[in-house]
Amino acid sequence: MMRRLFIALFLMMPLAALAAGGESVPFHHETNLGNQASLQRGAKMFMNYCSGCHSLQYMRYQRIADDLDIPEEVMEKNLMMTRGKIHDTIQGTMDAESAAEWFGKAPPDLSLTARERGADWIYSFLLSFYRDDSRPSGVNNVVMSNTAMPAVLAPLQGYQALKHEEGEGGEGESHGGDHGAPEFELVQEGQLDPAEYKAAVGDLTNFLVYVGEPAKLVRYSLGFKVIVFLLLFTALAYMLKKEFWRDVH
Amino acid sequence: MASKFMNWVDARFPATQLWNEHIGQYYAPKNFNVWYYFGSLAMLVLANQLLTGIWLAMFYKPSAAEAFGSVAYIMRDVEWGWLIRYMHSTGASFFFIVVYLHMFRALLYGSYRKPRELLWIFGCLIFLALMAEAFMGYVLPWGNMSYWGAQVIISLFSAIPVIGEQLTTWIRGDFVIGDATLNRFFALHVVALPFVLVGLVIAHIMALHHVGSNNPDGIEIKANKNADGHPADGIPFHPYYTVKDLFGVGVFLILFCGVIFFAPEFGGFFLEPPNFTEANPSVTPEHIAPVWYFTPFYAMLRAINFEVLGVPAKLLGVITMFGAVLIMFVLPWLDRSKVKSIRYKGWIFKAMLAAFVVAFVILGYIGTQAPSPLLTTIAQVCTAVYFAFFLLMPFYSVIDRTKPVPERVTG
Repeated sequence: MMRRLFIALFLMMPLAALAAGGESVPFHHETNLGNQASLQRGAKMFMNYCSGCHSLQYMRYQRIADDLDIPEEVMEKNLMMTRGKIHDTIQGTMDAESAAEWFGKAPPDLSLTARERGADWIYSFLLSFYRDDSRPSGVNNVVMSNTAMPAVLAPLQGYQALKHEEGEGGEGESHGGDHGAPEFELVQEGQLDPAEYKAAVGDLTNFLVYVGEPAKLVRYSLGFKVIVFLLLFTALAYMLKKEFWRDVH
Repeated sequence: MASKFMNWVDARFPATQLWNEHIGQYYAPKNFNVWYYFGSLAMLVLANQLLTGIWLAMFYKPSAAEAFGSVAYIMRDVEWGWLIRYMHSTGASFFFIVVYLHMFRALLYGSYRKPRELLWIFGCLIFLALMAEAFMGYVLPWGNMSYWGAQVIISLFSAIPVIGEQLTTWIRGDFVIGDATLNRFFALHVVALPFVLVGLVIAHIMALHHVGSNNPDGIEIKANKNADGHPADGIPFHPYYTVKDLFGVGVFLILFCGVIFFAPEFGGFFLEPPNFTEANPSVTPEHIAPVWYFTPFYAMLRAINFEVLGVPAKLLGVITMFGAVLIMFVLPWLDRSKVKSIRYKGWIFKAMLAAFVVAFVILGYIGTQAPSPLLTTIAQVCTAVYFAFFLLMPFYSVIDRTKPVPERVTG
């Protein structure tokens, strides 16, 4: 009975963790940090489309080059858009004050966004821009309504219109896939078709998850080795205990 | 050669005597079960917290301007910094898991009963110091949940009549949570409270080794001694319990490292998502909840939403919350049962203990949730059950039908 109670106490922890899920976002992204090509494409996309406004103030160019196997020359020539050195952290090119003046709010640093909001949030946010002429930027966003961010990725994605919002339009049963997700219609094509754009945003999301915690690249494989060692250690300790306790009756 | 050296030392310092009293010749009951692992595991976690804490303090900057960035620096630029930090953050949660189970063991087997009242009280003081230590440590990363959590907890003191407002200002060192608060919490977290904790742990172990360990049968093994004067049901702590605890350490480390390497945030329970953004006095997190190990007490605080005899609800809530911890101190004098261990207690105690555990777990869950009228009602019931377990004990422990206790331990 004691043993069962003891096990139950431990099992309750992860169950509670499941119950505490974050805010709901329409799309799910399967993060894959094992795909280095995807991380490299994500890095390239970040530098080309995001780094003009968003900093990664805790991330160094050098670290990205090392972790993602990007040659230093390529990093310096093609990916560093600022005047910094390769060992510098990634600072935005705008100063916060003018940025706040132009957009109403300074673009946030993205170093830890993946940890604060999660991969699904980033992925969903970047897929959920739609035309809205009432906004100064001409677009709005389903995930963060009235966002100050303009449609920076529109050249890739094109522009979409919102057919109905989440929860509206009860004909949910006729749609497959994400239940209750907002529905968009592409009204102006971009350079990428919708599937390619989703893949590109997935790469960018992977990259930002990596940036959120660079140690993630080594954490799991190291953890596996540590657990294997501990299993052996515990087995040995168990046999040692058995041996020593043979004379206790 | 070695014995000559030890003779030289022993003539000047009681090294051999200390070893024998506490390890080599300390006779512990031979019938310890799985619940008896958590004392040594608590020591292991304490050592882990002290060591990783020292290394974190080498890189951490205790100022409002630099704290958050220095934690990011530890996670990224310090060699193995991420591992040291996860060992520390996961260690905090595991400390409470281990200590809660350790305390529950005492409830099961009556380990707080005479002659172990002081042992139990030292334990309660350790729990109290641990709560203060954990609370201040949680503020140090200076994330937004650190900030708002501290804001909520410190403002509780303002419920104290007359001096409340001034007291909170004095604690913060400012009119709001700020650089001064962070700086003093750092001093308390890394210097003052670890001293208190280690001192109390030493007192706890000295008291334990003075009176001897209780066991699942709740009988005194010192009452039955064999020819050489040692307890007949006792075995020397070393090597029997050192090797047994080594096995316990192995199992513990598998679970501990499982969390460190595969789920250090533990679904937002060990590291909360809002804490990955820097403290911001102008942005309140949607839902402020303390870390899981405080949530049962937090739920009791929130459950009291009514005033009694003109005492305002907030003050009553604060009294309830602190009372829930302080009532543990008098437990040795509340239990008037003829037997110590649950094995020989009757169904009333078993039912009360089960209700107490269920209430505590439910309170812990409710403390993580946003308040609602239904949850508040459930929390009020659970708070009543929590206190009933203690306050009614002088009565139900007397009328409860107990079973006869054996002469010798039953294994």
